Amino acid sequence: MDLANITKAKILEMLNEGKRMDGRGLLDFRDLEIETEASSKAEGSSKVKLGDTEVIVGVKMDLMEPYPDSPDEGVMMVTAELSPLASDKFESGPPGINSITLARIVDRSIRESGLIDTKQLCVEKGEKVWAVMIDISPINDGGNLIDASSIAAVVALLNTKMPKLEEDKVKYGELTDKPLPLNKIPINLTAYKIGDHFIFDPISEEQEASEMKLAVSLVFEKDKAIINGALKEGDGSLTITEVVETVEKMIKQGKKLHDKISKFK
Amino acid sequence: MTKEEKKTTKKEAKTEKKTSEKKTQDKKRQIVVPGEVIASGKDFLPGDGTRREGDEIIALRHGLLERAEKLIKVIPLGGVYIPRPGNTIIGQVTDLSFNGWFIDLRAPHEGFLPVAECMGYINKKDIGDHFPIGEVLVCKVRGISARNTELTMKDKTCKKLIGGFLIKVNPTRVPRIIGRAGSMVSTIKNETGCSIIVGQNGLIWIKGPNTDAEMLARDAINRIVEKPFIDGLTDHIKEFLDKNKPKEKK
Amino acid sequence: MTLKRPDGRKFDETRKIEAKINVIKRADGSAFFSFGKSKAIAAVYGPKQVIPKHKENPQKALLRCNYDMTPFSVTERKRPGPSRRSKEISHEITKALEPALLLEQFPNTVIDVFIQIIEADASTRCAAVNAAALALAAAGIPMKELVSSVSIGKLDKDLVVDVNKDEEDFTVSKGGKEIKAATDVATAFLSRSEKVSLLHMDGDLTSEELKKALELAKKSCEKISKVQEKTLKEI
Repeated sequence: MDLANITKAKILEMLNEGKRMDGRGLLDFRDLEIETEASSKAEGSSKVKLGDTEVIVGVKMDLMEPYPDSPDEGVMMVTAELSPLASDKFESGPPGINSITLARIVDRSIRESGLIDTKQLCVEKGEKVWAVMIDISPINDGGNLIDASSIAAVVALLNTKMPKLEEDKVKYGELTDKPLPLNKIPINLTAYKIGDHFIFDPISEEQEASEMKLAVSLVFEKDKAIINGALKEGDGSLTITEVVETVEKMIKQGKKLHDKISKFK
Repeated sequence: MTKEEKKTTKKEAKTEKKTSEKKTQDKKRQIVVPGEVIASGKDFLPGDGTRREGDEIIALRHGLLERAEKLIKVIPLGGVYIPRPGNTIIGQVTDLSFNGWFIDLRAPHEGFLPVAECMGYINKKDIGDHFPIGEVLVCKVRGISARNTELTMKDKTCKKLIGGFLIKVNPTRVPRIIGRAGSMVSTIKNETGCSIIVGQNGLIWIKGPNTDAEMLARDAINRIVEKPFIDGLTDHIKEFLDKNKPKEKK
Repeated sequence: MTLKRPDGRKFDETRKIEAKINVIKRADGSAFFSFGKSKAIAAVYGPKQVIPKHKENPQKALLRCNYDMTPFSVTERKRPGPSRRSKEISHEITKALEPALLLEQFPNTVIDVFIQIIEADASTRCAAVNAAALALAAAGIPMKELVSSVSIGKLDKDLVVDVNKDEEDFTVSKGGKEIKAATDVATAFLSRSEKVSLLHMDGDLTSEELKKALELAKKSCEKISKVQEKTLKEI
């Protein structure tokens, strides 16, 4: 059932009072639970629970030909499958815009931050490089799948072990002790606009009440934050002040999340 | 005994203790599963959620066993709302037709409210203005057809909902939320000062003097949903409401 | 038994079973079931309206089961999306569960069951059936009985219960070559009527062996049914 207009009005009324339905502050995240090793068949995997939202991410690796314009670099791909298992709002079939947007935001965050050192994933220049395939599998959509998936993807990568190579051929199912060559951990934060307010980590009802979101990917360098990616998605528009202020709030929250996730190295 | 067998026996003993503890806690409340034999002999009558197979009565749903003298039934623990004539429901207008409104009531079939079943006269040209798409209504179930649920608003309890908000709960919990002769929901209304309408379809409307009161009522209802089967639930909820009353009321 | 199983189990021993219900909040019913490393999650949505409408059945509810494997559930990444194999398995699972459900109580509706295999170590369709049966019961769907599923394998000459990947890929040395010597029978039994609702065999068996395999499966499914019962009662 779609969000009732009276409930949408109530959400906005409460935001005007600085309150949210579950008692959180506008910028607070729900309880975050992180598990590694969701699937022993994956080179790396994780299960993340953010409030009621639950998502599993698996990393698979294989050798393939590099792209012609980067013959000595590994390749990365992010796919999200929004199975109707996780929500009555998801449909079976080829990826729709939500699935693609989710995958692309997570992809951008990992790619633009340079988390994976793709130069170290070359096996034979121009011939063989490692491909890192990240698959996002939501289990329950309780709101904010984007940030939950982003966290899960990063944790899965932090726990990925390189497969064994024998005469430059992959020995499927056999892993080395070697982790992926990784750099700085990116954090993706998505702010959802409801009325004139921006909130973080919405529950499903808040997400439905929101018409626009701003997704930003950050890395932290000493005491500074670097923005690697930004995306405004949805109906409506923002003032420059709104963008800048929201990003400042994201940097604050992002640092907390970053510290939590770094523990999973 | 092998190590594995020892582990399993220990676990079984632990579970047995847990189950027997639970049994003493919920003396009347035994959970049954589909296909389970819940009575034998011709003395018993199979009620809702059960059926007779020869000499035995078996459960057809996952739920709580309830025995009232000779009648045995299963109170389901889960499942979608099945409309019954006379039920009060809360639904949302999803579409208009030339003579009425289609209503989503979170049930297997759509609801339909004909113009003729509304109070007062409504010009068929004004259907969209009278109840636009997205409007939330309290209706009663008039009848069930193969394809949809027929609704009516010809009852003093029926109205369009203004203000407040909706929460969704498992429809099987509704009887507990209402309580015997409405005692539970009345307690929550009195202690919080909120108006509350409980739809049999698991949609509940709350509107109160301020958001704190509304959230308290919502929290009390969620408590009932999470722990519907404990004894003394009404006192438990009263205690909870007392403890968390907004400061001004105290 | 002449052969030792690769993981040391007895011939009639299943791998460690884990089962839980109500694992997906948004679903009308849900469950998790695993045989060792073969893990399945099932979500039930319905009974609800059928779209497209012309697929409605005025006499009963439609049951639509969808079996899908996550790309990271297997050793070599599986491309997302349905395959011929997953479509066949989806159909088998639907037919295995249908006889237990009282679908006539919900004409003109559909009950959707989505099953995801998070990790695969053979016998995934059996884990899927077990998870789906639990999810359907938890969703309050009226059922005459539960449905339990297990695979029976033949390693060279011996019948074993609950085949894992090593056993699925079992080979014997004959004349210096490794020859595939495994047979796999996936079965499902209805708990009360004790009838077979799923039968899928690959390999070679005599009719005597098939009979023995089914009897072995029935015994094992009785135990699995007890585990499913326990899971439903332990909430």
